[in-house]
Parts: sequence; C-alpha cells; structure tokens
Amino acid sequence: MGTLNSSLSSLLSNLAQEINPKETQEIRDSIVGSIYSCAEAIAEKVAHHELERRSELDQKIDNVVTSRLLGIPIMLALLGAILWITITGANYPSEMLAVGLFWLEDQITKLFIMINAPAWLHGVLVLGMYRGLAWVVSVMLPPMAIFFPLFTLLEDLGYLPRVAFNLDRYFKKACAHGKQALTMCMGFGCNAAGVISCRIIESPRERLIAILTNNFVPCNGRFPTLITLSMIFLGGTVATSYSTAAATASVVGLVLVGVGITLLISWLLSKTVLKGVPSFFTLELPPYRKPQVGRILVRSLLDRTIFVLMRAVVVAAPAGAITWILANIFIGDLSILAHLAGWLDPFGRLLGMDGIILMAFILGLPANEIVLPIMIMSYVSAGAILELDSLNALRTLLIDNGWTWLTALSMMLFSLLHYPCGTTLLTIYKETKSMKWTVFSALMPLAVAIIVTLLVAQTAFLLGLV
Amino acid sequence: MELTYVDFGLKPLPDQLVIALAGNPNTGKSTVFNALTGLKQHTGNWPGKTVLRAEGSFIHRNNKILLVDLPGTYSLLATSADEQVARDFICLGRPNATVVVTDATCLERNLNLVLQVMEITPKVVVCVNLMDEAKRRKIRVDVDTLSRELGVPCIPTTARDGVGLDKLKDAILDVATGVTVTSPRRVTYEPYIKQAATQLEARIRPFLPKWVNHYWIALRLLEGDSSIIKAIWSRLEDDSVRAVIKEGTAAWAR
Repeated sequence: MGTLNSSLSSLLSNLAQEINPKETQEIRDSIVGSIYSCAEAIAEKVAHHELERRSELDQKIDNVVTSRLLGIPIMLALLGAILWITITGANYPSEMLAVGLFWLEDQITKLFIMINAPAWLHGVLVLGMYRGLAWVVSVMLPPMAIFFPLFTLLEDLGYLPRVAFNLDRYFKKACAHGKQALTMCMGFGCNAAGVISCRIIESPRERLIAILTNNFVPCNGRFPTLITLSMIFLGGTVATSYSTAAATASVVGLVLVGVGITLLISWLLSKTVLKGVPSFFTLELPPYRKPQVGRILVRSLLDRTIFVLMRAVVVAAPAGAITWILANIFIGDLSILAHLAGWLDPFGRLLGMDGIILMAFILGLPANEIVLPIMIMSYVSAGAILELDSLNALRTLLIDNGWTWLTALSMMLFSLLHYPCGTTLLTIYKETKSMKWTVFSALMPLAVAIIVTLLVAQTAFLLGLV
Repeated sequence: MELTYVDFGLKPLPDQLVIALAGNPNTGKSTVFNALTGLKQHTGNWPGKTVLRAEGSFIHRNNKILLVDLPGTYSLLATSADEQVARDFICLGRPNATVVVTDATCLERNLNLVLQVMEITPKVVVCVNLMDEAKRRKIRVDVDTLSRELGVPCIPTTARDGVGLDKLKDAILDVATGVTVTSPRRVTYEPYIKQAATQLEARIRPFLPKWVNHYWIALRLLEGDSSIIKAIWSRLEDDSVRAVIKEGTAAWAR
C-alpha cells in the first residue's frame, strides 16, 4: 500500500507541474461543453414540444436580460428605476408625516405644560425620545414603504438569479464564487441574512470571502439613510426632475461602488490570505413567475418595512433619550456630547465628516437604522432647537451645522462601507465559529471606509471643490 | 483490494442487490424512492459527511433489492459535497445498477447527469419521471428513441400515481443481474482531449486498482480534479487498517 501511495502521489505532483491551470480550465470547459451539446442533441430528437413553450418566452427574455451587452445596463436601469420611484414618491408623504408628527409634539408639549411637568422630563421624553422617533418614522418610513415592495417585486419575478448569472463572470475574475452575487442580493435585505445565505457556497474559502464582503451591499438599515441623504442633499429642496435624477444616480453609483469594493476585496483576499481558484456550480434560472402583488405588499410591508422600522424605533427611542441626556449634562462648559463629538471632530473632518457623525456611527453599532436618528438628535439637542417640520428644515439644520455635499457624500460612503451592525457580527461569529474572522470582518470594512472617505475628502479639499 | 458499497457503510443482506438512485433536484426522485421502497426505509449520514442518506428495501420477482438514495445533483463534475458523495458511490461503491431519475419536462438539462453517470458505469437505468406533467404541458417524449440514443433502458413513469413502476423494477433487475446488457452512449470529446486522456490513462494504470475506470479518472485529472484518487486512496487505507485490526483481534483471541 505504502509504495502504491507514494508512487501515485509523485505521479500526481508531476502531473500538476506538466499541466498549467489555464489548460485545465480550457479542458474542463471543453469537456462540459461536449457533454452539454451531446445532451442537447439527444433531447432534440426525443422531446417534442407541441405548444410554444412558455419556457421559450423565458428563454427569449433571458437572452436579453442576461446578454453580455445588455445584462448589466438592464440591471442598473432597473435599480435606477426603483430608486427613482422611491425618491420621487417619498418626498410628499415624508413632509405630511413630519407635519403631522410635529403637530402632535406641540400638543404633547402643551399637555406637559398643563400638568406642570418638570422641564427635564419634557426634555427627555418629548425633545429626546418622541422627537427621535418622529424623525425616524417620517424620514425613513416613506422610502422604505416604496422601496421594499418594489424590490420584493423583482425577487418574486425571479430576476435575482439572473443578476447572479450576469455577475458570475466578474466574481470568477475576482477568484470568488458566482453564487456570491446571490448572497449579496440577500444582503440588500439584511446583511445578517446575507451572511447566513452564504451557506449555499460549498467551498469554505469562497464562503468566507462572501461572508467577509457581504456588508459592502447596503442593507435595509442603511438604504433609507442613503436614500434620505441623497434626497435632502443631492435631490435639492424642490424635487425637480433634474435633482431627482441626481439623487437616483448617486444611490445607484453608491451601490456600484459597493459592488466594486466587494470584487476588489474578494480578489485581494483570494490573492493573499484566502488563496485558491474559483469552483464550479450549476445555477438554475427558475422560470419567471407572475408576481403575486397582494402577497408582495403584505410581505414587504410586514416583514421588511415594519420590521426595520420597529428595530429602529426600539433602539432609537432609548438612544434618543440617551442622546438628549448626553447633550444636556454639562462637564465644565460643554455637554458630554460636545466633549465626545469634539474629541472625534478632527478625525471626522479629515474624512469629510464631523465628530457628531462619527459618534453616531459608533453609537449606531447595534443597528444601522439608528445612525441617522442619533445624528439628528445630536444636532438638534446640541443647541439648534429648530421647529423641524419638513425635510427642508432638516436640510437647513444640516447646513447650519456646516454640511456640504461632501459631508453628505462622505457619510453615505462611510455608511456603505463601514463595519456591519452588531447582529451581523454576531451572525458572522456563529457562521465562522472564529473570533479572528469576526474581528477581521469588522476591522477590514472599517479600514476600507476610512481609506475611501479619506481619499475622497482630501481630493475634494485639494482640488478646492468645497 | 477491491472497494464496494460495503466501504460506504452499507450492510446489505448477502443475497441483496444494491441499487443507487441518482437524479437532478426536483425530478421527483424522492417520490420514486418512496414509491419503490414503501415504508421499509432507514436514514442516516454518508460516512464522514454531513450529507443525508436514505436506504430502503423491496422485493421484486423474488429478488431482494437495497435501494440507496444519492443526493440530488445536477452533475458529477463539480466540487460540492453532494456531488462528491454521489460520484464516489457510483464510482467506488459500485452498486449493481444505478437509476437516474429525470424530469420529462426538461430532459435536456437532466441528460447531462445521465451522460456523466454512464461514463462511470454501464449499468444504468433511466427513469423518465413526471410524464403526466409533460403531457399536461403538451411535451411528447419519445422514450423508445431515448433508449436507443442512450443505449440503456429508459422507462416512462409518473411515480406520484405509481404509473410505470413495475416496468422500472423489471428494468432495474435485468440490468443489475446482467440479463440486459447495455451499450451506453459515449460523449465525443475534442480529439486533443481524447488523445491526452488515452496517454494519461496508460500512465496512471499501474498505480490504480484494476476495477476502476481509468479513462474516466484520466479525464478528471486533465480537468485538474484529483479528488477521486484521494477518495480511492483514503478508502483503501481504511480497508487495510481494518484488515490489520481484524488480524490483531483474531490473534489476541487465540
């Protein structure tokens, strides 16, 4: 036995030297090709379709939406259309909600005055908790309520596997698994779910790559932040068609940046710590289905919109209160909040943002949904007590706090690229069973986010764009 | 030393034929399995893998048959644990026959697996399932022509309603016992691949057991996949270790 083994292994290693990987790849493709054409030839003789197949229509659609030339542009156009509808549609209900909720705040305030409640209680409960909640609801609910059903519609149609098909080539070039595109689609919903869905990738190396890069696609929790920021900053005060287009383009652009970074990091990982070649898989393109509109509405509103909103509310309410307290307890002549923000400020400025934004990201670790609310709360309670009753007012508030387009862009980029939320990190630990990779999965994106925002901000400063 | 299904943890009765059940996912493979074995089933894992295995037995024309359900796979080429289990069992477990369950409504995709199984073993029966579904969608499948094209028995079934199962059992038995001799269709590869495989075949032959398909292994090596050799290896080693232990225990007992 021993001699058989050793001579066999030397034969194998000889073979490995004789045949180069590129050749084996070609041979493999050719072998698979021969098998497929043989199967096709037999099937043609044996199976007779008397009706025009429904799948023939599917085939025709697939030939277009997965073609080399049109596949990617169609994908981008669809994403753009969805975001455009979201941004256009969300403005008005956002205003309505804000007006309604802040009218209610006035009534509650009157009530507090009527019962002679102490000022600090009014501060914590109304200016802290209620206002935080009101902002989360009015700013995040409308985009979510429009975006999620539209995205679920695409899922239900059976379009997502086509996305994986279109992107397979690029993932292969990055030495990653083509199914990673599917896990990324799941990540659009929730990165924790995306990480779990990486189980569909068999090879441990490629699964780890997919897990580590999943948070570069913006999840439910971050999409509203991105859309909102693009709406109030790039969309302009009045939603003209031009500004809406600009806002849409910026979010599409961000998603592209996310995908680009995913590919780049996947490639870097597979060239350094996770060396290897991509493995093969069969991707079944399921037939297109007629979407069940009723079910989509229910599912996306209940499962996603309400879920995300509740998560934001549950965390934002105490966070709002805590933020208010931090902003109103003074050490020396500055509040604790101002101390923290001031300490982070120089670093924030370097990245095109400020201390409060960075602090919001740090406090937002448990859930990405609350980064924006915490930030708003901090600005509001840090003195500029405005009657915030519309998106315009929010925009004014941000500009009063020194925001420019670069601040918005930097925050969007940082939100897109920074560490995943606490839930996702916990999921990564459960999936990898490795503290090392979990820590890596938090620090690596953080490093990427810092590098990218630093480059963008410094370039903008250097060129005098701001 | 020879490997058989026993090396995959199967314990068939001495006079039981072992039949493997392969097929793409969603072809009604489980329905076929349940329809053939009824309640005489037993589930467990493949040795050393987290892949589920179901075994079941039935008797046909006084022949005892043990049916082993392989994981549903689209091919035997790729690297997933499921595909490796299916491939290793067909290649090294050497069942008396392998049934490939196919979906009559999308034969083209299903035939890929059939062709790949037939490359490893000639003892193949093709079960063309979901015939009712094909009829409903107005797809006419000419099963006789399919049998001629493939060179192995092809049996139309609607396993859900039990249609065609007796004929399937007949075909399985005939192939397993050698009454039916098959002549499986070979995939034609490009000449340079054929040539390279033949050359490699001659080189690896001295190092491999006689009973494996050397040409097929040569093709896998050309593709850069040596996992099958490792599979042979580790199982043979297991076997020799087991033999040593057996001897040792026997000596100790004396």
